[in-house]
Amino acid sequence: MANETKGADFTYRLWRYNGAQGELIPLLQSAQEHFGYIPRRAIKYISGVTNIPESSVYGVITFYNQFRLQPMGEHVIRLCVGTACHVSGAKLLVDTVIDELGIEVGGTTEDGVFTLFTVACLGCCSLAPVMMVDEETHGRLTPAAARKIIRAMRRRAKEQKPPAKVGSGEI
Amino acid sequence: MRKIIVGMGTCGLSAGAREVHQTIAELLAQGAAGPQGAELSITSCLGMCYREPLVEVREDGGRIIYGEVKPDRARDIVEKHLKGGQVITEWVVYSEDAAGNVGGSEKDFLALQKRIVLRNCGVINPESLEEYEAAGGYRALRQALFEMTPDGIIAEVKASGLRGRGGAGFPTGQKWSFAAANAGPVKYVVCNADEGDPGAFMDRSVLEGDPHAVLEGMIICGRAIGSSFGYIYCRAEYPLAIKRLNTAIADARRKGYLGKDILGSGHDFDIKIKQGAGAFVCGEETALFASIEGERGMPRLRPPFPAEKGLWQKPTNNNNVETYANIPWILVNGAPAYAAFGTEKSRGTKVFALAGSVNRGGLAEVPMGTTINQLVFGIGGGIKGGRKFKGVQMGGPSGGCIPHHLGETPVDFENIPKTGAIMGSGGMIVMDETTCMVDIARFFLNFTQDESCGKCTFCRIGTLRMLEILERITRGEGALDDVAKLQSLSAQIKEASLCGLGQTAPNPVLTTLRYFMGECLEHINHKKCPAKSCALLVAYRIDPAKCTGCTLCARNCASNAIRGKVKELHVVDDVLCIKCGKCITSCTFGAVYKD
Repeated sequence: MANETKGADFTYRLWRYNGAQGELIPLLQSAQEHFGYIPRRAIKYISGVTNIPESSVYGVITFYNQFRLQPMGEHVIRLCVGTACHVSGAKLLVDTVIDELGIEVGGTTEDGVFTLFTVACLGCCSLAPVMMVDEETHGRLTPAAARKIIRAMRRRAKEQKPPAKVGSGEI
Repeated sequence: MRKIIVGMGTCGLSAGAREVHQTIAELLAQGAAGPQGAELSITSCLGMCYREPLVEVREDGGRIIYGEVKPDRARDIVEKHLKGGQVITEWVVYSEDAAGNVGGSEKDFLALQKRIVLRNCGVINPESLEEYEAAGGYRALRQALFEMTPDGIIAEVKASGLRGRGGAGFPTGQKWSFAAANAGPVKYVVCNADEGDPGAFMDRSVLEGDPHAVLEGMIICGRAIGSSFGYIYCRAEYPLAIKRLNTAIADARRKGYLGKDILGSGHDFDIKIKQGAGAFVCGEETALFASIEGERGMPRLRPPFPAEKGLWQKPTNNNNVETYANIPWILVNGAPAYAAFGTEKSRGTKVFALAGSVNRGGLAEVPMGTTINQLVFGIGGGIKGGRKFKGVQMGGPSGGCIPHHLGETPVDFENIPKTGAIMGSGGMIVMDETTCMVDIARFFLNFTQDESCGKCTFCRIGTLRMLEILERITRGEGALDDVAKLQSLSAQIKEASLCGLGQTAPNPVLTTLRYFMGECLEHINHKKCPAKSCALLVAYRIDPAKCTGCTLCARNCASNAIRGKVKELHVVDDVLCIKCGKCITSCTFGAVYKD
């Protein structure tokens, strides 16, 4: 349901585009919300509608941290490496999660369940160190606690079914 | 009607406020609060992030705030307090009766504060325009529209001595007068809510807790400089702030505070939110304009200044969230009341985000000129775990570390820059003896290097070279001339960068060299990290008290450096150890530590 609305939002935005300035970033944001990342065809659509060359659209995409050109896993783990988390042991946490998932920062696990990112600050500095799994924030973490959370999610993902097609759903 | 209020800011929500809210709602629906009943409401961050989730009971003009409320505590509060009339004293963090007597375990946290920007945060429901109006909201706007001339508004802001709260401290009234002096007809008011400094969350709290105050400040600015359109550029990482701003804008339009002919005054003003897409450099105003225009967020050369040619090449006034939130208070209470706070050249108050190794981490608003020690020990309650205070980091990636012996420095626009740090937007990270200063410098440089937009060569490549040197030092491969290299690179980057990001990027390194040279030389000469933080410069040890002999570390060790049998104490062999740190991350008992 939610996905349909988001898709509708993207096409609606494209259709409604009237040549107003400054619409490129909102269009990209809604494309990413719809597809989970920005696929090649979205760049084509946007370029076609706005008359901004594909190369320039690509330039804007790569400038901002928010935009992804690769599909993401079912669950997105964002590890905060802001200053407060850094002094509270975020490095150890990052190492632990990398070890647990067997992927580097920015990567997606082979089964398509997890994507791992680090972010500069989630703004929950008094709960440092913090990890955000999808929309849920976990604070005051230890390496053991982080492993536990990830293992529980992995178990749940296995029980449910083979994971959904990567990148088709919501972020 | 009595009220029970749940603190639903981002920090409260991540501590579990949503569950608490739901529990209380269910209990009230069942009539568990007794015959008198109670109205459930929400508010935002009170600043006591370290005791979240907070639940407040407000009755008979008094407030009682409970801390660390989980669903089971919420149940007790509804049953004992609301139904039984019994205050559960041991959970009370703050209380205030109708006569103004305060109590509670955390009353010191609020006692030293003077809340002007945060006047409504944690008090009113941020999603209710009516509550904002009841708290005196939009009175300043009426005053600005019907009782004051645009020049009068600017004169009042000038007289208050308010300076830009984004970090640079440019006098706000003067900025407005520049934008007012330039001919229209199209001018813009921009609010910079792209709070990218890692470790700062003041703007987020203001937007989440009191969005109308920011809108009101912007509308007043529009009236003063003759603009009828405003943009709020907000980080996409702040979904709750964006949601509440959208609600606030819709409500304000409905009531005629925004739109055509505001309150029948003939003045038009409307506001649009632009979501940032995650680039630190977009906090720089010209880069921010480029981003609103849909381009790569790269700074432009100044002059022409934004007051002359800003957004879409039109005269633009750009201020920070906190600056705008001050404006309504100043107009209602008068410039002299505001100027009475603070120091001679830095008037008023400033919001700080206290975090790091401090007992009471959260938001605190204090008069300018309060000392660092007062903030860390008076409001912050000292260092976590009784460790030693080493210093504070102010200004994030553009600022620097101020050592503990300068703790008596007053925090204002005059004294902080003398230390080599900057006021910044208000992030204050407290560090103790376990924080390595070389590592902190490396951390910030890693950040600015990553976030540099790449326009200026010195910023793009110079910061990378500096980062390489610092990484070398933290690996124990530093050479003595590295210090001189860092200093000369710093000078060049400062000189040859276009925008604030590059010009201030070397600050964290320079303050580390200035105050913590001994620690730096220890890394270079003796290959030791005194704070025991740099992974390659320490020895790994296993705590006999915690080791259970599970063999997990030995099995994970890449170089077979850990010895021990099942259910017996394990030992690290320093000769074989390659210091990869796998043992620390693999141990589930926290038994491995660095020495």
